[in-house]
Amino acid sequence: MSLQDKDRIFTNLYGYQSWDLKAARQRGDWDDTKALMARGQDAIIEEIKASGLRGRGGAGFPTGLKWSFMPKESKDGRPSFLMINADESEPGSCKDREIIRHDPHKLIEGALVAGFAMRARAAYIYIRGEYIREAQVLEAAVQEAYDAGLIGKNACKSGYDFDVFVHRGAGAYICGEETAMIESLEGKKGQPRLKPPFPAGAGLYGCPTTVNNVESIAVAPTILRRGAAWFSSFGRENNKGTKLFQISGHVEKPCVVEEAMSIPFSELIEKHCGGISGGRDNLLAVIPGGSSVPLVPAAEIWDAPMDFDGLRAVGSGLGTAAVIVMDKSTDIVRAISRLSHFYMHESCGQCTPCREGTGWMYRVMERLRTGDAAVEEIDMLQQVTKQVEGHTICALGDAAAWPIQGLIKHFRPELERRIAEHGTMREAAE
Amino acid sequence: MPKVTVDGIELEVPQGATVLQACELAGKEIPRFCYHERLSIAGNCRMCLVEVAPGPPKPQASCALPASEGQVIKTDSEMVKKAREGVMEFLLINHPLDCPICDQGGECDLQDQSMAYGRGASRFHEAKRAVTEKYMGPLIKTTMTRCIQCTRCVRFSEEVAGVDEIGALYRGENMQITTYLEQAAKHELSANVIDLCPVGALTSGPYAFEARPWELKKTLSIDVSDALGSNIRLDSRGREVLRILPRFNDDVNEEWLSDKGRYMVDGLTRRRLDRPWIRRDGKLEAATWGEAFAAVAKINPGKSVAVIAGDLVDCETMFAAKTLAGALGSTLIEGRQTGLDYDCSNLAAVNFNSGLAGIEDADAVLVVGSHVRWEAAVLNPRLRKIAKRGGKVFLIGPEWETTYPATFLGTDLGVLNKLPKHVADAFAKAERPALIIGGAGLGKGALGACLAFADQFKLVRDGWNGFNALHFSAARMGGLMLGYAQKGGIADLVAAKPKMVISLGADEADYAKFAGSMIVYIGHHGDKGAHAADVVLPAAAFSEKPGTYVNTEGRVQLADKAVFAPGDAREDWTILRAMADALGVSVGFDSYDQLRAMMAAEVPALGREGLADYGALPKAAKGAKASGEIATYPIKDFYLTNAIARASATMQRCSEELLHGVSFAEAAE
Repeated sequence: MSLQDKDRIFTNLYGYQSWDLKAARQRGDWDDTKALMARGQDAIIEEIKASGLRGRGGAGFPTGLKWSFMPKESKDGRPSFLMINADESEPGSCKDREIIRHDPHKLIEGALVAGFAMRARAAYIYIRGEYIREAQVLEAAVQEAYDAGLIGKNACKSGYDFDVFVHRGAGAYICGEETAMIESLEGKKGQPRLKPPFPAGAGLYGCPTTVNNVESIAVAPTILRRGAAWFSSFGRENNKGTKLFQISGHVEKPCVVEEAMSIPFSELIEKHCGGISGGRDNLLAVIPGGSSVPLVPAAEIWDAPMDFDGLRAVGSGLGTAAVIVMDKSTDIVRAISRLSHFYMHESCGQCTPCREGTGWMYRVMERLRTGDAAVEEIDMLQQVTKQVEGHTICALGDAAAWPIQGLIKHFRPELERRIAEHGTMREAAE
Repeated sequence: MPKVTVDGIELEVPQGATVLQACELAGKEIPRFCYHERLSIAGNCRMCLVEVAPGPPKPQASCALPASEGQVIKTDSEMVKKAREGVMEFLLINHPLDCPICDQGGECDLQDQSMAYGRGASRFHEAKRAVTEKYMGPLIKTTMTRCIQCTRCVRFSEEVAGVDEIGALYRGENMQITTYLEQAAKHELSANVIDLCPVGALTSGPYAFEARPWELKKTLSIDVSDALGSNIRLDSRGREVLRILPRFNDDVNEEWLSDKGRYMVDGLTRRRLDRPWIRRDGKLEAATWGEAFAAVAKINPGKSVAVIAGDLVDCETMFAAKTLAGALGSTLIEGRQTGLDYDCSNLAAVNFNSGLAGIEDADAVLVVGSHVRWEAAVLNPRLRKIAKRGGKVFLIGPEWETTYPATFLGTDLGVLNKLPKHVADAFAKAERPALIIGGAGLGKGALGACLAFADQFKLVRDGWNGFNALHFSAARMGGLMLGYAQKGGIADLVAAKPKMVISLGADEADYAKFAGSMIVYIGHHGDKGAHAADVVLPAAAFSEKPGTYVNTEGRVQLADKAVFAPGDAREDWTILRAMADALGVSVGFDSYDQLRAMMAAEVPALGREGLADYGALPKAAKGAKASGEIATYPIKDFYLTNAIARASATMQRCSEELLHGVSFAEAAE
């Protein structure tokens, strides 16, 4: 039982209709938003909590709970802010792009509702620098919403003043980390901050701030309209709702598709992607949640439910649900090595393990790719990834370590074969 | 007060302490590179990782984690050991390991900590990163390949010095520390980043390849380049002082030192007076000590003697000279060479009463005629702290580049009599108002009006004295305590037309006014004073004699002798003692200890280290008004304010390059 059309939130995901306000209204956006807001701030947060929505940016933190951390009233006159993370840079991930391209009003309405619920003065949408057309659409949509009185002073005639600003990044992956994004928006070098203090206490310009993913915010109005019970009717316990899956790689028809959480991998592929290219037996491995999560070999992924807990059970994670499918034509070592290069390139350079470790890992991976290494270096590489993981300020270090750990865990024989074939079995490094 | 357990030791730590501080209180050493007590917490080196429960099952950066009730901290567990080894390995993989040719060797945090916490051998077989050299000016030598990106230098420039000069370019392993557009670091505290740098990336340019730290004799001393009395350490080898480093003293200089105090050191070996000279037929000719004293005896001045004290001399020298003048029957002694004649009847009125550390508590400050960055470079960061906390800083005088938000009220001192409303309001509201009168203010006779300001805004109140005079001569407060102040200033000496003028290293005085006098110069550098002298008696610089110095807040401090004076030069007091014999009078001391005891007997405050008590601030004279315009500040060139600095090649280059824009072409490689 997969998701039916009537239960889809993103009804214009493929852009068959216009993105503009008129079309959005026909799809049900901005329908009596005033009434949604009239339910009151606490009621909105409770509804989101009850829906079981978990953050769609990768970490999966319960969204309603996150909103509830924001101060109920400002004791010192500082305003609160909502920041929306549209710096979608994770290799494999492209859902926020589709939302902003084709359904920007879902996001803007979500910003208003969520911002209202957390008593924020304004929302800042930090959009990835490379999303040029998308930023144009978003800016136009925001203008439309202002012109229609949906946001701005007395937004939707609710008596609540709320501004939405679009800020364009400059294309650094690390600016997708919430505190680095705050730094970047403030005009500084995009480097993650130390936590604590958490953004909910002191974030943007030192004010309480919540940072949410585009998808988390864009689904909020629909959840409120259709009710928490509807949303939580999809997916397994603790993994509720619908989700945008982005399938790329060796499938017949790569796509972005909204599906119920916990859909088995096999069903997702067979139903929406036309199957693995070359058939099921040709599947080598899958990176199920964007480049930051460990890969899962074919045998283990096939029946796994695509949700937070199901993928953790197979040693990986849901991440952003960017499913990268690799068939047996893939040079798996080269693929992971390429990801290592990405993390080396995108490390901000602030803290030691990531700054130094990502380059080291990449260089060893490159040698493993050609087999120009000693077998012992596989273990050394594993240790180096462990020395990076968990020792850094932000999660980029972890994200750089996990793909390699996944490779060594599942494809060690392949690595050893290459070393053996390369012929020059080097002595172990002393 | 949270209670935490560190390696089984239970202890209470102050509210707001970090886990790192808690570990230190428990006596545990936590290795660190980026963390520094006086800078903001960056948490980027990851060397200070410890295991903390409750918390995530991974090591935590102790420098950034607040200590909280019930924490169990482990600094010696397997996890911590592994984490430290890992971070150390990462720090070393791209570090050149060129310790044998690195000036930081022997005093390098990375070297020490890799011995203590490292793995012992490298597993890194890739090519190492190299970084192109960066130019940071004449003082800072860079070898950026050695940089471990701790960003201490960046944070120092931004937070303490208040200039955005140093920053990081690029990201990831390409991150590089550099100055803006690779210009020289220009502010007066720039060289402190050398001390802060935990590795050999930023080392001392003038001291490059001079010595290894274990070869150096370390002597505790006091900086004489300004009146703050910064605590310093003289590092010497053989007969030469090779470098000057600041010492910790929270009450005085925290741990900073001005570039001048640090780098005028090479002036100690240049242009030195190493033998006596006597003027014959208008020309100075080298002489022996016997000839020199005979020449002094020949002057035979009777009681027609005056003494001018220079800016760098210690109290003992001034006291010995005063005693000699007294034995000859003269009280004509003066230290304010440039003609200042402010009232010194009550020293509380010319003292930095709030204290150098205390000024930080002020919430509104009026600076009258002082270029603080040049007159007291180490004090400027404290004013910056006031401004950063939201305090107001106002200044009267020509504009200079403050490193914090401050308002200039113009150059006309008349503004003191009628303050603009927003200034008056700020001081009326202030809980701890303060005033600092500097050299230009004193020179224009604004002291009376400043005292009136003190009365008006109650600068003296319960537990607070906000009236401050900021001098910039190391000898000033000591001289004033010893009576080196005539009512009319140095003009009184001129008017007396003395037969003999004894100049104690006084290089700023106008000797043309003493055309009829025989001038006996006792000093260490062939500077202006020596050029005007009839007899030159070579003496010891501050590094070559023990001495007592009093800083602008009345803090009596002792300096030790690091090396011997060059050639035939002698310690000043012995010269004055021998002069007494030559002139046939008795001064009552035959040894340095006797001299010091006599001085302590006459001015007891000089016999005790610490703050002298000058009593209550006097009331302002009725109707005291300020007038006139502060056209310039007394210091024209920060790097060349005294004889030692003027003799220093480093200071000359700093002056030309940093103040006068002369560019120095790099030598072709």
